[in-house]
Parts: sequence; C-alpha cells; structure tokens
Amino acid sequence: MWVYEKKLEYPVKVSGPNPKLAKTVITQYGGPDGELGASLRYLTQRYSMPTSQVKGVLTDIGTEELAHMEIVAAIVYNLLKGAPLEQIKAAGMEGYYADHDRALFFVNGDGVPWVAAYIQSKGDPIADLHEDMAAEEKARSTYEHLINLSDDPGVTDVLRFLREREVVHFQRFGETLNIVQEHLSSRKFW
Amino acid sequence: MPAMNCDELMTRIQALEFTAVDLNLYLDTHPCDARAVADYNQVAAALAQTVAAYERVCGPLANFGQSQSCGRWAWVEQPWPWETQG
Repeated sequence: MWVYEKKLEYPVKVSGPNPKLAKTVITQYGGPDGELGASLRYLTQRYSMPTSQVKGVLTDIGTEELAHMEIVAAIVYNLLKGAPLEQIKAAGMEGYYADHDRALFFVNGDGVPWVAAYIQSKGDPIADLHEDMAAEEKARSTYEHLINLSDDPGVTDVLRFLREREVVHFQRFGETLNIVQEHLSSRKFW
Repeated sequence: MPAMNCDELMTRIQALEFTAVDLNLYLDTHPCDARAVADYNQVAAALAQTVAAYERVCGPLANFGQSQSCGRWAWVEQPWPWETQG
C-alpha cells in the first residue's frame, strides 16, 4: 500500500497567475512524457520483473514519480489560481477553461487527454527497461523545453530540480539493465 | 537542535527526505555499499527526529496510522501542500 505525506518533495513557489506558462507545464502532468505516465509505467511494469532488486527499483522510482506529479500539479494549480479570464483567453486556454475551469486535468499543452497507449508493459525486462531509459530522456528533454519557455524564476527553479531527477533515474535504470542482463545470462547453460 | 518554526522544520524535512530518496535509489542498484547504507541510516534517524519535532507543534505529516492526532482530528485542518506554496 501507499502512505501519503502532507508535503511536497521540493517546495513550489510561483510569482503569480500565469495561464500561458500553465498551458505548457501541464504537459508534464498529462502529456506523453509526463509524470502520470512515468509513475504508472514503472508501477505496472514491476509485477513481472525477474528479481526482487528490479522490482525495488521500479517501486521506488515509480513512487518518486507520483511525488513529481504532485509537484507539477502544484505549479499548474498556482499558475491558474485567480487568473483573470482575459489572461486565460489570451493564453489560448479558453477551451481548457470550458471543460475544467481552473481545475487540474491530465492533458498535454494542446489539450490532448492522457491515454494508456503512451506507456507499455511487455513482460520482457530488457524491453521494459529500455523503454524506461528512453522515457527518462524524453522527460529530461521536455523539462529543458519548459525551462526555455518559462518566464517565472520560481517555476524555472522547480523545473530544474525535476530535470535533474530524470538524469538520476536514467542512470539507475541503466545500472538496473546491466544487472538484469547479467542475471539472465547467468541462468543459461552452454 | 535549536528551536525551529514550522516552515524551518518543513524545509529541513524536505532536505533530509530528499537525501534519503536519492540514497535509497542508489542503494537499490549498489546494495553492498556499506558506507552508503551507513549514510542512509544516519539520514533516516535524523529525519525521524525532525518529523517528530514537526508533528508535536505543526500537526500530522502522514495518514493511515503513521502520525498521531492529539485531541481533535488534525489531519484535515492544516492546509494541503499545493496551498502553502512551500
């Protein structure tokens, strides 16, 4: 089971309402390389992994991704909180507003809803871990694009933290892939 | 530990728990690194101490039996993490 801690993994401070920035950052909530997909991918792949160690890596990184999903939600929530309708319209978010007001929903920057087809679970640890490494690099790249777009120093600071975590996760998945490859080859008899 | 207010305690909890998260992931793939295990245990002890200090003054930090409430059910009274901007 999971226990909730009433805290963010990293503090979030935004300068004020900014729907234009919210519209881009929300892709890390419900976009193709976002934190919802990341957490669900790892947490669902773990069941069929071959060793206890690999199950542990996927459980722990998947759980940290849930905390990152909450951080992204806190950014978007505070960027939309109290935003006047004129700003929401100027940001091209009136379609989002019509369906969701200033609530959180799992979409990318263009309003495309999250789908399970963004992720995969093959039951093949080599294939799954390669997908996980690619997913971390795609998320890192997305955070770099968001940092380029951000005009709020507080948001940029949090995006930098999240980008660094993708780099660390990539490193750990790479080590895990080596461990699995060694494990699989040691079980063969020639 | 010098007396800290709730914001300062929270900042310290965030720093300690982040250190624990990062060491945890490292240890998942380097389970035989005894120095890292010792670091992890040290951070875990400091975190438990800081969480206890926070909960005495600022309210419960976790649900489902991980924290106690004194008197009233305090879990639903304090603001949620996305409301505090900290």
